[in-house]
Amino acid sequence: MRLNLKTKAIILSSLVIFVSHLSGCADKGVSSDTVKVTYWEKWTGFEGDAMQAVVDLFNSRNIKNKDGKVIQVEMITTSQLDRRLLTAAAGGNPPDVAGVWTWLVTVYADKGALLCIDDYLKEAGITEERYVPVFWEICKYKDKMWGLPSTPASVALHWNKRLFREAGLDPNAPPKTIQELDEMAEKLTLIQLPNQKKPVSFYELKTKKNYEELLAAGKIIQMGFLPSEPGWWPWFWGYWFGGRLWDEKETVTCDDAGNIDAYNWVSSYSAKYGVDNVNKFSSSFGVFASPQNAFLSSKVAMEIQGVWMYNFIDKYATGMDWGAAPFPSDHGKLQDVSYIEADILIIPKGAKHPDEAFKFISFVNTQEAMELLCEGQRKFTPLKEVSEGFYARSENPNIRMFRKLAESPNGFITPKIIIWQEYQREIGFATDLIRNLKATPKAALTEARKAMQLRLDRELEVARRAEKEK
Amino acid sequence: MTREERGNLIKGILFTSPWLIGFSVFVIYPVVASLYYSFCHYSVLQPARFIGFLNYKDLFTDPLFWKALWNTLYFAVFTIPLGFVMSLGLAMLLNTKVKGMAFYRLIFFIPSLVPMVAGSMLWMWIFNGEYGLLNNFLMKLGLANPPNWLMDVRFAKNAIIIMSLWGLGQTIVIYLAGLQDVPVSQLEAAELDGAKWFDKLIHVTIPMISPVIYFNVVMGIIGSFQVFGQAYIMTGGGPQRSTTFYALYLYQTAFEDFRMGYASAMAWILFVIILVLTLWVTKFSKEKVYYHGG
Repeated sequence: MRLNLKTKAIILSSLVIFVSHLSGCADKGVSSDTVKVTYWEKWTGFEGDAMQAVVDLFNSRNIKNKDGKVIQVEMITTSQLDRRLLTAAAGGNPPDVAGVWTWLVTVYADKGALLCIDDYLKEAGITEERYVPVFWEICKYKDKMWGLPSTPASVALHWNKRLFREAGLDPNAPPKTIQELDEMAEKLTLIQLPNQKKPVSFYELKTKKNYEELLAAGKIIQMGFLPSEPGWWPWFWGYWFGGRLWDEKETVTCDDAGNIDAYNWVSSYSAKYGVDNVNKFSSSFGVFASPQNAFLSSKVAMEIQGVWMYNFIDKYATGMDWGAAPFPSDHGKLQDVSYIEADILIIPKGAKHPDEAFKFISFVNTQEAMELLCEGQRKFTPLKEVSEGFYARSENPNIRMFRKLAESPNGFITPKIIIWQEYQREIGFATDLIRNLKATPKAALTEARKAMQLRLDRELEVARRAEKEK
Repeated sequence: MTREERGNLIKGILFTSPWLIGFSVFVIYPVVASLYYSFCHYSVLQPARFIGFLNYKDLFTDPLFWKALWNTLYFAVFTIPLGFVMSLGLAMLLNTKVKGMAFYRLIFFIPSLVPMVAGSMLWMWIFNGEYGLLNNFLMKLGLANPPNWLMDVRFAKNAIIIMSLWGLGQTIVIYLAGLQDVPVSQLEAAELDGAKWFDKLIHVTIPMISPVIYFNVVMGIIGSFQVFGQAYIMTGGGPQRSTTFYALYLYQTAFEDFRMGYASAMAWILFVIILVLTLWVTKFSKEKVYYHGG
């Protein structure tokens, strides 16, 4: 079969079009005097819009790189960013900037997949003094800096003032100790007994002799507090009891005295209210971002939540009368304990425009851009300096308290342990056993410690071997 | 080889080259690479480091590996026979001559068209301990305290087994095609000899559709050992790891823990398990499966 010239031309041009599409034609529409920086971000909705406003502000400033070319940032919202970043990095085509969670910084930095920004920071004159200490610390791994924060967060006790009033509690006096919280929770927990019109509080019920029987026959319709709600951080309760998850070197310590005390407290809720009762009640909750959320639907009166919760109250439970205060510690021994998180902007190794990427990251960390971003996301700023009017403009009524928690010496961050994902899953499993009264806290946490120590030892051993060979 | 034959061969290869290239790049290379990585400490982010059989050694002492394997075996042991009985039974019902049969067939096929994620979300609500349809129904039947399906360690695996029986549409269609191929003459001959419904089923229908059964059993083994989506979406492996199936644990080690070498070793063990089971079924089939063509 001989092909005529016309057919050959058609085949050839189709091939060219196909191949050019495959290659992506990445720089479509970008002229030679601009450099395009790709930025992957996990946010959507109003949080994404707030970041987009910062990106737009950066683009409008026509900031130039060393060669005099204008830097233009394109933000791409990416779901499951951690997994996509992994494949993109492995494929040698990562974005120039990515907004990630802190645990990812540890793992990626440890595996040499991030660009260390120490030299950039020196050149730009960005120093530790500019930041609330914890946020500088969050970006560090093995004494090197791997990124800068975008927005920060801290967590606190949120309480429903209407339910407090209905239970005869002072709506403006949140618990000061874990023990107070437990007692208030009993008053706020309502049980519907069979053949009775009005529900009865657990506090009242427990005065009856056969209360265990009554409880088993009844149905929980409201709870004061539930350690498993929202259940995102099953690993962190030990910090309110003085526990630590590892020694920050080579030893896993999830079964230290503080942690065991904490999980004894977690299991006390199951023992008190009944495993089946609590599980059944929990299955009536809808997904987090919905009016059926346990706290937003007034099913749970007190909950530990982050600075972002205000946005969800505003959207799904408009008009709710609520308050937020530091989550109390065991016997009130520790003040202002809080889990501190931040979104970190990093430059993956292999990024095509690292210099330009850092220009953008440092722009986000200027007071002007950072406040625009944090105001848009209704969070506080990680920068020490706060402009006049920032707090006044903030719609979140508890913004100063959240910031104060971030400044607290008792604030803690995600442990920088390289097996973090496995470790938190393991503690999640242990918590599951404890909560269902299938194992004592000591037994479950010891098992978790042994398993994770083995895993950590293995990782350290391989790392040492690699170091030796180098 | 003449010049023309050689020319034809080149053209043949050229025409099949898209497939050849695709198969080599997307199938052969990953398979060979994963075998190599199973002997490496490989996080994807760093170059792989050869560590010999360490991954395999660690796996055999990893309690979660055994737990995941047990969960998967449990799932397979119940799903394969239950799936067989349900789909063959339904196919037989759908093979009877009743008015409006096309509609009934459609009804049973539709669930298999529902995507896994949507199906799982739907079943999460069906199984809900408080507002679930299933428990509502059970309570109407007089069961005072129906189980909290997805949150109870005794029921979560069973809930996923029940859910898997919902999407049998494809298998039913294959059985239906097989049933329609059973020669009427043989069924009539058996009837003349005094065979009852059950005798006809055991002695005529099942032997005649044995190749179809064999195919479905092999596919069932492969499918049930790869169960992933339902657990990933509905339970996340819980409660108390009772639904951490093999493929889910493999996914967690590969994409959450960045232990691609370990995950590759797991994948190869899974491959060997499925291979051994399939060979065993094939050996068994040599005696029991009847092919019309001989």
